[in-house]
Amino acid sequence: MRYLTDRKRAVGKGSAHSGAEHHWHMIVSAVALAFMVPTFLFIFGNALGSGYEAALATFQKPFVAILTGLVLVVGLQHFQKGARVMLEDYTSGTTRKLLIMLVVGLCWSLTAAGLFALAKIAL
Amino acid sequence: MAEENRIQRPLSPFMIGPYYRPQLTSMSSILTRITGNAMIVAVFLIVWWLLALAAGPEAFATAEWWITSWVGNLVMFLSLWGIWYHYLAGLRHLIFDAGKCLDIPTAEKLGWVCIYGSVVLTILTVIIYWI
Repeated sequence: MRYLTDRKRAVGKGSAHSGAEHHWHMIVSAVALAFMVPTFLFIFGNALGSGYEAALATFQKPFVAILTGLVLVVGLQHFQKGARVMLEDYTSGTTRKLLIMLVVGLCWSLTAAGLFALAKIAL
Repeated sequence: MAEENRIQRPLSPFMIGPYYRPQLTSMSSILTRITGNAMIVAVFLIVWWLLALAAGPEAFATAEWWITSWVGNLVMFLSLWGIWYHYLAGLRHLIFDAGKCLDIPTAEKLGWVCIYGSVVLTILTVIIYWI
């Protein structure tokens, strides 16, 4: 009888020694986004083109502000990991490292900018 | 030595062209990657829109003008289809990860569900926005 599960045997393995961690993070963020994105699409789509006052009123609501913040953080972390896999497939060496750094920096910059805007709008 | 060990191995979809026949399963998977990565354009526009909303009426008017111009509308419409496609393909990925629906007929059916489903969901979303 095997006492180790498939997942346990993959922990700490692979070239990055992070095992199935990356894949697991993608699953967790995917499930979270599956719940949040449709609601966000509905709210954002209705606010877009509704004018300054109406858009401000929408994004001042605590639920909308919190949801948008979560979509930004979880969505961009999901994007970052997905884009990284793409870069690992098509590039190598220093180019790969620099592009991954660029994607990581870009994702956090967009997250910070979005959260700053939300804080300024909602508070 | 190497000659003798040569065996039939599966081809990579990157050999597309004379060596690799496009299949629904591989093409719908590649489309997942394309739509996912293309989403960064919509994120840029949304973050810009939020920053403009925080900055005041003048900045907001500029951002809104660009995003709801015909170019902006086209980008947003394509992004809407992209996110719905990526959404359905992501759900399919979760099903595959669970070890289910991996036989070819079912996998291909799920590929068509992603393609037709994303078009239907995009049209439905646009209709909801209009109401």
